[in-house]
Amino acid sequence: MSFKDNIISSFIALESQVDTDSYVHGLRSDALKQFETVGIPQRKDEAYKYTSLKSLFNKDYSLFPKTDSHIEYRDIKKYLMHEIDTYKVIFVDGVYNSQLSQTTHDKYDICLMSSALSKDKYAPVIENHYNKIAGNDSLTSLNTAFAREGAYIHVGKNVAVRKPIEIVYFSTGNENAAMMQPRNLVVVGENSQVQIIERHQSLSSNSVLTNVVTEIYADQRAMVDYYKIQNDNVEASLIDHTSVEQQSNSEVRLHTFSFGGSITRNNLYFYQKGEHCNSLLNGVTILEGKQHVDHSTLVHHTQPNCESYQEYKQIFDDRSVGVFNGKVYVDKIAQKINAFQQNNNILISDKATINAKPQLEIFADDVRCSHGCTIGQLDEDAMFYMQSRGIGKKEARALLMFAFANSVLESVKIPEVKSRITKIIALKLGVEIGLEL
Amino acid sequence: MLKIKNLKASIEDKEILKGINLEIKPGEVHAIMGPNGSGKSTFANVIAGREEYEMTDGSIELDGEEISELDPEERAHRGVFLSFQYPVEIPGVSVTNFMKTAINETRKAQGKDEMPAKDMLKLIREKSELLEIDRKFLSRSLNEGFSGGEKKRNEIFQMAMLEPKLSILDETDSGLDIDALRIVANGVNKLKSKDNATVVITHYQRLLDYIVPDYVHVLYKGRIVKSGGKELAHELEERGYDWIKEEVDA
Repeated sequence: MSFKDNIISSFIALESQVDTDSYVHGLRSDALKQFETVGIPQRKDEAYKYTSLKSLFNKDYSLFPKTDSHIEYRDIKKYLMHEIDTYKVIFVDGVYNSQLSQTTHDKYDICLMSSALSKDKYAPVIENHYNKIAGNDSLTSLNTAFAREGAYIHVGKNVAVRKPIEIVYFSTGNENAAMMQPRNLVVVGENSQVQIIERHQSLSSNSVLTNVVTEIYADQRAMVDYYKIQNDNVEASLIDHTSVEQQSNSEVRLHTFSFGGSITRNNLYFYQKGEHCNSLLNGVTILEGKQHVDHSTLVHHTQPNCESYQEYKQIFDDRSVGVFNGKVYVDKIAQKINAFQQNNNILISDKATINAKPQLEIFADDVRCSHGCTIGQLDEDAMFYMQSRGIGKKEARALLMFAFANSVLESVKIPEVKSRITKIIALKLGVEIGLEL
Repeated sequence: MLKIKNLKASIEDKEILKGINLEIKPGEVHAIMGPNGSGKSTFANVIAGREEYEMTDGSIELDGEEISELDPEERAHRGVFLSFQYPVEIPGVSVTNFMKTAINETRKAQGKDEMPAKDMLKLIREKSELLEIDRKFLSRSLNEGFSGGEKKRNEIFQMAMLEPKLSILDETDSGLDIDALRIVANGVNKLKSKDNATVVITHYQRLLDYIVPDYVHVLYKGRIVKSGGKELAHELEERGYDWIKEEVDA
């Protein structure tokens, strides 16, 4: 069965399980039509020039994995931020797991998308925000057509969420190949604050394709601090669409740590809708083997006096491939913008590739926009220097790579997240030295 | 301690060292002098194991063990230390963390446990005082934005921390003002013992007023063309290198 046929028959199956009269189902039907019209992105599409999704869509995916999977806390503890107290919204094979989760409706709603979509009291938030900024590219539409579950986070005015929120999607591999369509909505009210850590983790070596859509709204003076930890096994692929809308004086910081997976595509779109917004998009990518990570970022400055800051540090070994496509749009009225974009890459092996494409479109005349892109190798002099002090080659390499990525790690606000990332990097580089600098 | 026989080395197929013989015993200080381009830095780098230099002939024995096939870090683990002429800047790695890693990696290679954090701090404090290094300095990125003098002082600080058997100081005096020179030389002298040895590579005699050598060798065109006591350094200071060049080239 072709992927498209699979999608259509799966949608018919879905319709028998959901309320087809609901507001959201109207969106689903439209989205399916959109997906059918546009189809899967091809290499000839400019946005996918360097990333072929072909190998991902020739599998016979189950869109509704079996739901009887049982996992124990001890099996998944290492994927959670167990060092600190967090709210947790945890899914196993696309289904919410109440035992592993810790949600709340106390001062704010940190719960499930399925309940938010079905209960009337959430309707105003859903109707004002759900699928408003996600866009309608074909894979986002595919998600909209099938999404039923995910994290729903709604924080009202003037409140700081007491502890970080972890959103984790596990897949147990109870199907040969499973496709997940998680959907997250984060709405943060005026003068409120939230910190979120998102992770997708496969627990088997069966193929998993996750096509996740996240919409984040930051109202005036809101602060959102978001971390994506992408360290899945090499049979898992991830297509992540995250759209952010900011009102005046808000600050949204989003970190993407890409270490794992087979093919990873991160579409990260920021829309600044008010003055004095601050956006930060930071990333560290460390790849090996045949891994492929594509970061496509967009920052759209529509109002004056705003800032955006992008810094991506990437290291590629073996035959791994990276893509960095960073767009910055500055509208004509968006004067006094300060937009910074930096993309530094190290190629460890002769066979590794980075495709870097900074793209600035500036229609205002009084702005400061800068971008820089470097591609280099590890410094041989520095290697010898460290070795001559007794530090082995592997360790010296690790120290240098870590030092290279450190400026991004420094901007992580949750110390435990920073040390977790540090540990993942040390593990990835196969060293036991303490990398904390 | 160190026995070098007929050492030949090239870089990119150009022969730089053309057969060097040198023996250094514990407790000795040897100075290697010579005009620019004579092969002094190559000599230092070859002993430390820099890969870009190809050793084409000869042997380097440290305490009876041939070390010429060993990686730089393995030589370091056996007690070889090179103070760099141009210490490398490593942004993002602090002096303290660099030292911790270097010491613990060396201890690991020697089959010892990691140094307890308390002892490490004590050692760092002690050795930074010896080199009159400000504590704030230790949390800065290694060599990044350091002045010439600070870099050299930091090299000797590392030497003090690692307590090597054989220290090779490559143009340690270059870029130092007189105060920094005194501090560095004082550091080196305090670290001297009957069990370790020092090779001072320098173009000028100035440093040798502070670190007094037992032997002075003149390197010219990849060979040691003259050896003598410390008075040879004074003679070179007075007469320059031309008379040696003339003697050799004649």
